[in-house]
Amino acid sequence: MNALHALLFAALGVALVLYVRSPKNPGPALRYLRNVTLIGATILVLAPFFWLIAAAFKDRSVFNSYIFFPPPSEWSSHTVNLDNFRRLLHGDDAVQGKVYFWQYLLNSLFFASAGTVLQLFFCSLAGYALAKFEFWGKRTLMTFMLGSLMIPGVLLLAPVYRMMVGLRFIDTYHGLILPGIVSVYGIFLFRQAILAVPGEMIDAGRIDGCGEFEIYLRLVMPLVRPMSAAFCLVTFLGSWNSFFGPSIFLQSQDKLTLPVILNLYIGQYSNDYGVFLAGTLLAIVPPALLFFALEKEFVSGLTSGAVKG
Amino acid sequence: MSTTRESSAFRAQRLAPYLFLLPYVVIALSFTLYPLLNAAELAFYQTNGPASRAYVGFDNFRFLLSDAVFMKALKNTAIFATCSVFLQLPLSMGLALLLNSGKSRAKAFFRLVLFSPNLVGQIFVGILFGVMFTPRYGLINRFLQTLTGWGLEEQWLGNPALVMPAIVLTSLWVWVGFNMIYFLAALQSVDKSLEEAARIDGANRWQVFWNVTLPSMRPVVIFVLITCISGSFQLFELPLALLPDSHGNGPDNAGLTVIGYLYQVGFDSGDLGLGSAVGWVVAVVIFTLSLLQIRLSGAAKEAA
Repeated sequence: MNALHALLFAALGVALVLYVRSPKNPGPALRYLRNVTLIGATILVLAPFFWLIAAAFKDRSVFNSYIFFPPPSEWSSHTVNLDNFRRLLHGDDAVQGKVYFWQYLLNSLFFASAGTVLQLFFCSLAGYALAKFEFWGKRTLMTFMLGSLMIPGVLLLAPVYRMMVGLRFIDTYHGLILPGIVSVYGIFLFRQAILAVPGEMIDAGRIDGCGEFEIYLRLVMPLVRPMSAAFCLVTFLGSWNSFFGPSIFLQSQDKLTLPVILNLYIGQYSNDYGVFLAGTLLAIVPPALLFFALEKEFVSGLTSGAVKG
Repeated sequence: MSTTRESSAFRAQRLAPYLFLLPYVVIALSFTLYPLLNAAELAFYQTNGPASRAYVGFDNFRFLLSDAVFMKALKNTAIFATCSVFLQLPLSMGLALLLNSGKSRAKAFFRLVLFSPNLVGQIFVGILFGVMFTPRYGLINRFLQTLTGWGLEEQWLGNPALVMPAIVLTSLWVWVGFNMIYFLAALQSVDKSLEEAARIDGANRWQVFWNVTLPSMRPVVIFVLITCISGSFQLFELPLALLPDSHGNGPDNAGLTVIGYLYQVGFDSGDLGLGSAVGWVVAVVIFTLSLLQIRLSGAAKEAA
């Protein structure tokens, strides 16, 4: 019997009391159990995050002494400090000279942002063409696109890698970004959203003398802004967290992205958990900030394809 | 004068879709179609790095079928997929049902929290849980000890029997909330009057769920199921970061996945031909699943 058991028993006890008080109407007892379950699940989900924050700020010497943070009485600069971050940021010696952690952060930021902006542009452009134009070859193209959705990316990695070597694109960002500047998934998402834009508006734009690209940029894009935000979030997150591509295509130390370098750090700092956990914390902060800022768009963007489809 | 301007505007309108789709077509031809044909060819070659290669016919596939390591990887991946389906999806559905009956403000909060692990990339999750599974000191070991009295000294990542459970446990943390979002969205679009009618007819909660709610969520359930299985077959980064000492293989290859195998033979050892052959095996599995999804959801539409 320990504190955790006592807590669980108490929670069940309250449910029992609620039920015994009115066995014919189990509503309150069930509602209570539901809330207890949800709160329990919340604690289980959040515990690793809280543990990670504590691990990043705990001194190396007391890493295993406390599960989370030390109790207030033992809280001092010897137990809780920025030492892990200091060691993380002191830089790696590489062929390219000293490489600092912020370099990897910038690399990830550049890779994810550039990929996202290009995908937003090319996917929406293609989605607009499929939504609002009739042209020769449209059916064939869409069949091909649907078919290509079934090809798993891993199948193409080996041949694409060979192509990249042939093109001398290995270890460059344009080589890493280029294959991903447009995706079928994104095109269909934008096509779906742009189908709802009234055709009269586009015709009115033409009568007013707008060029075709101007109509796309000035009339259509502003109308699908919520969808665009959701799409950008999902795309950014995917690139930020992607590992397979960057780990194969990038070689120079000063070009690596966060997932790649942190995966290397596990081996390099094998018993010095604090350092790579501090790095992991820094790596999950930017997407978390984005997510909390744009949570509603994010969820609707994720589910729009599945529920309507 | 006006006729020429009109005709040039019409020409622009005719040309525009082709120009707008040109970037996609160029990218698709060079980075999808050409590599696909190349992958078909490459699977019949043995390569040593990107430059040199020799034709070997069906030897790559023959080798895979007889390679105990590949079979182990295939078995591990299948076990992981099975666990994902039978643990992840019911848990996700359960939480979605609990949330769906709650108040909307609480719902938004719980949805946000339960989804949040999905923001963390698989590599980062692997790093995090790798330390949390440490014997004696890890968060998970200490929690299990407090709850059940068992598990404090357990070598989750060093014991072949416990490696897969550790990977499954970690994946639950990541994906339960993700699937839940889809189920929740589907639950909200279920026709309430149908459920009400069933309840008036005397059906209990379970019968209403099983006979009314679940069938009307069918397209989403199929979508989530297929996504879950095809995602499971592409598992790679999580075990790689979780088992860094053995490059994701784990003791006795207990954590090796099909994609992990592909990475090692194709990119670490440089046999892109054998790597392509593995890619085809995965592709066939995923392709079959996608066809199944189309058949099943097609049948669902006819039934509706």
